[in-house]
Amino acid sequence: MNARVVLQTILHKEAHRFLRIWPQTVLPSAVTSGLYFLVFGSLIGTRIGPMAGFRYLDYIAPGVILMSVITNSYANVVSSFFSAKFQRNIEELLVAPVPEWVILVGYVGGGIARGLLVGGVVMGIAMGFSESRPIHPEIVAAMFILTATLFSLAGFLNAVFANSFDDISIVPNFVLTPLVYLGGVFYSVEFLPEFWRNLSHLNPILYMVNAFRYGFLGTSDVPITQAFAMTSILILLLTIVGLVILKRGTGLKT
Amino acid sequence: MVALSLRAVRKTYKNGVEALKGIDLDVAAGDFFALLGPNGAGKSTTIGILSSLVTKTSGTVSIFGHDLDRERDAAKRCLGLVPQEINFNQFEKVIQIVLNQAGYYGIPRRMALDRAEECLTQLGLWDKRNTVSRQLSGGMKRRLMIARALVHAPRLLILDEPTAGVDIEIRRSLWDLLRRINREGTTIILTTHYLEEAENLCRNIAIINHGRIVEHSTMVGLLAKLKVNAFILEPRRPVAVLPEVPGYRLEFQADGTIAATVPRELGVHGLFDALGEAGIEVVSIRNAANRLEQWFFHMLEESDPERLTKTGLVVGTLEPNGVAS
Repeated sequence: MNARVVLQTILHKEAHRFLRIWPQTVLPSAVTSGLYFLVFGSLIGTRIGPMAGFRYLDYIAPGVILMSVITNSYANVVSSFFSAKFQRNIEELLVAPVPEWVILVGYVGGGIARGLLVGGVVMGIAMGFSESRPIHPEIVAAMFILTATLFSLAGFLNAVFANSFDDISIVPNFVLTPLVYLGGVFYSVEFLPEFWRNLSHLNPILYMVNAFRYGFLGTSDVPITQAFAMTSILILLLTIVGLVILKRGTGLKT
Repeated sequence: MVALSLRAVRKTYKNGVEALKGIDLDVAAGDFFALLGPNGAGKSTTIGILSSLVTKTSGTVSIFGHDLDRERDAAKRCLGLVPQEINFNQFEKVIQIVLNQAGYYGIPRRMALDRAEECLTQLGLWDKRNTVSRQLSGGMKRRLMIARALVHAPRLLILDEPTAGVDIEIRRSLWDLLRRINREGTTIILTTHYLEEAENLCRNIAIINHGRIVEHSTMVGLLAKLKVNAFILEPRRPVAVLPEVPGYRLEFQADGTIAATVPRELGVHGLFDALGEAGIEVVSIRNAANRLEQWFFHMLEESDPERLTKTGLVVGTLEPNGVAS
């Protein structure tokens, strides 16, 4: 089996899908993030004053960029894979001699691609509002890719276990969104009372947002190494789970 | 050479339903084979196991000598599946669906384009290659599924109800196509509810019921077991009332012809005599293409009379002695 050709086919199909429907996949995040920068950054932000020593707009920009990476990489895989299950065209892959790891890498690769594309667009918009530029571009790039990978994997698992369209909207709406908003995108957790600050440290998104912000501003509420270690371990864990359930055919075969 | 071999294949679902109770089946290379059975008999489970969409509980499956568990890739490469339900991405273009399928079998892009053109042309869809698949007619969607299944040139093609819901003209053209594919060397396994289809196309047949193979023989041999023959008679003039002829069953067809069920031991002479006495002159006679259907009902009735009574299928079927009821 020529795994490279199979992988290219899945990646091409996935990229083609989200580019074909760009008004649904790329545009909303660009518009939303533009509004965040306008309202919270330029209009309200000037009244809020500096956050951790930075202009409020500069402080929230990295978090808003990463927020778009998280939501888009997750949404791409969960909707694409669940649609394939729903329309049953996932059977094309299951009947063919496609290794399980190729299916996982193909779909997750599609999620990463969309996460990076939308994240790149939002970063471009952020540059129009904010004067800050990455001071550690390698940390920005690494956390960009790791975050997209982690949430693509999470979206994949959600899609495998989902039985209805409700099931693929519950996690993004009621788990992911609260974790993102409470993950230090718009504020420093150092300003929170001790209880809430400690609780916030249980939120993995806090670590990713802060590591990403460190790449831009050189400041973080958490140790950077801890953020990278935790993200990598979560990726490894979800990859193993993904491969095992594909091997078993959980949610896909009877 | 054996194209497909199943040995002691069992499947028990998580809810406890035992769908297959130890299936043994061989299909020879080059055969056009019918796998028939009533709803819930185990046909779909069998096809699901062959195509790796259902995990078997036990037993072995080999496709052209490749064990599906131990030589998974080699076995899968030999197989093409045309499922019962439309299962391609309805938002993609026709050409893209076929190219993706080629890609899943590791066929490089340039070669895939050639194969896609060949298959779509063969199925009369090349002109529609840039059409979004949901805009195709029902018949075209069926043909697209066949083109997709053929793109990697499988040696064994499984068609699960390929003509379900398509009109007679498309059905006939699909039959011609399948005959041609089979003549060119592809082994075909067909499941269908149109027994006429199996009778017309297939050389060998297996009937599955209650998770077991209850009949496995040649089509000719199976039809020879029939205790009755069915004919269509064309009267010279329209007939108002059919006579009661003991031992025979006569029914009007929608087109004014007469369907006659003739027990073998009585023969046709007695029927023609009785029709002549009733003033009915027959100008032509032909076999009704529903002989397999008669056998099928007979088999079901013998194996599970309650099922037929419950579903109402018992009406017009045969008594065990072969005389029409």
